[in-house]
Amino acid sequence: MLQAGGSLLVLALMLPVIGILLIMSLDARHTGKIALALMPAGLAVALAIAARVWTTQAGLEYFIGGWAPPLGVALRADGISAVMLVTTSVVIGAAGLFARAEFRQPDNQPEARAPLMFWLLLLGIWAGLNAVFLGGDLFNLYVALEMLTFAAVPLVCLSGKAETLAAALRYLLFALLGSALYLLGAVLLFGAYGTLDIALLAARIAAQANMASPVWPLALWVALALMTVGLLAKTALFPLHLWLPPAHSGAPAAASAVLSALVVKASFFLIVRLWFGMLPGLTPWLGAQLLAALGAAAILFGSVLALRQARLKLLVAYSTVAQIGYLFFVFPLAANPAASTASAALAWTGGWMQLVSHALAKAAMFMAAGLIAETLGHDRIAGLGGVARVVPITVIAFALAGASLMGLPPSGGFVAKLLLLSAAVSQGLWFWAVVMLLGGLLAGGYLFRVLSPALGPLPAGWTPAARIPRDRQAVALVLALGAVLLGFAPLKSYDLLQFGRPAIAGAVTR
Amino acid sequence: MTAEQLYGLCGAGLVGLGLFGLITAELPLRRIVAFNLLGGGAFVVFGVIARRGAAAGLGGDPVPQALIITGVVVGFAATALAVTLVRRLHEETGTTKFDQDELPPETVKLSDATLSGGNP
Repeated sequence: MLQAGGSLLVLALMLPVIGILLIMSLDARHTGKIALALMPAGLAVALAIAARVWTTQAGLEYFIGGWAPPLGVALRADGISAVMLVTTSVVIGAAGLFARAEFRQPDNQPEARAPLMFWLLLLGIWAGLNAVFLGGDLFNLYVALEMLTFAAVPLVCLSGKAETLAAALRYLLFALLGSALYLLGAVLLFGAYGTLDIALLAARIAAQANMASPVWPLALWVALALMTVGLLAKTALFPLHLWLPPAHSGAPAAASAVLSALVVKASFFLIVRLWFGMLPGLTPWLGAQLLAALGAAAILFGSVLALRQARLKLLVAYSTVAQIGYLFFVFPLAANPAASTASAALAWTGGWMQLVSHALAKAAMFMAAGLIAETLGHDRIAGLGGVARVVPITVIAFALAGASLMGLPPSGGFVAKLLLLSAAVSQGLWFWAVVMLLGGLLAGGYLFRVLSPALGPLPAGWTPAARIPRDRQAVALVLALGAVLLGFAPLKSYDLLQFGRPAIAGAVTR
Repeated sequence: MTAEQLYGLCGAGLVGLGLFGLITAELPLRRIVAFNLLGGGAFVVFGVIARRGAAAGLGGDPVPQALIITGVVVGFAATALAVTLVRRLHEETGTTKFDQDELPPETVKLSDATLSGGNP
């Protein structure tokens, strides 16, 4: 069946892969150009999908080869997929522009390996992300997750230094543990329900729930637990975050930006698909509270550790550990059986706002941190004195991104935290609100540790280690501005997040 | 005990062994082997599920069999990537160990992390 607009989904999957094939087969001098040329096209496709979801107010669906599930494999895009696709193509495009000069193939010389690998892996990550956001089949999603991991891990150790190799290996081992647990869960679900298609699973589980006295197969809950824990390891939620700081701080700045902004979010997206898409209205309440408790621990622990870092890139990486925590408040707040539909919808919107604004802000922040390290020749926070006088645009980008992370109005981070906060208060779950406020304070603390010396005087006799071109600084600034301007998005546009999603309020107590 | 139950228990045992190894082993190479055990266990369980779903004169449900083949290929690629990383690490550092309890490098005490502390 070829649904109108469904071919857009295929195009979104194919564009990055076409880029990879072209780079492999054409002259190495064109590597960066091919990748960069595809990025506007990818953005256009993502926007077209979002526009289609917006106008039809429903999800798009495409059956590969015309075979409907359970025989075939479906691609689906609903509101949250569309938002993720657009965010992905914006951040990947910005990372490409940022890395253009750094990973240019040298003229009149044999092709260099690092640029070739960088662009191939960047496109690989893009393909993997799009496959995760569009996948409708649990096994297909497993393959997409693995594709993402295999592209992300080598990016971490692109420099080939011993410490980045160790960081990449640690990242890979965590990710493999996660995917093995995910696969085991998917297998158990197939055993219990005879399908791997998320929509069919949801229908079969709902049919069971509607029976007079539903007998839940133990396999369902075991599978949900296994898959959730596996995906948490890939999302780096506390206490499974150990791999993230060394991996994200060791990668080249453009790669760190993509890893921190997007790659960890892909597995979070899948947890939401499982908890809200596969089990509509059946979300286990205790489990949701447990996830939020881990998120709260991540916020406090990650922020305090960020406060204690001596290096700028590690500080930014620990801030990612903390900011990921906020996402997990969506589970209890959007699935609270006692909550009104409006309050649950607030939390749902707040969670996705947090995801998108953090993606833009953190990408900007990693780029700014990379530029600061380039101009100083090091990234020790103690030696940041006066850097704002050398690269003012970069420091402004860092500060704006920081404002969004702290949740200062009118940024996107502010709106996200405000929505989550008001949902928590209106549902009587005030303790989560306290953690969110504390997290904002701590974020203010670690960002002032950077900004205060950066705005100070330059040490006498200082010379820059490298000159930073304006256009690279501008990329970071535009992303940071995006994170701030997100707060001005018209309320009507939030509706996009609701299209094509199953009803979420009303969980069963268990 | 039927053959299916026996196979299912074997798969569960492999999963348990793999999980234990992946969490507790110190050498990366052992962890990679443990990951393969864990994956292998999942495939055995999937095979039993295929056997249970046998119908229409077939010895087993063909869908899981096709997925197991794909999973084996993905697991192989993962193992290859991990072993390559271990080898590169060995080339660079002369050891395949990485410190488990490695502290985040260069943390500062909270009391030192004052706002003006960065100025030289």
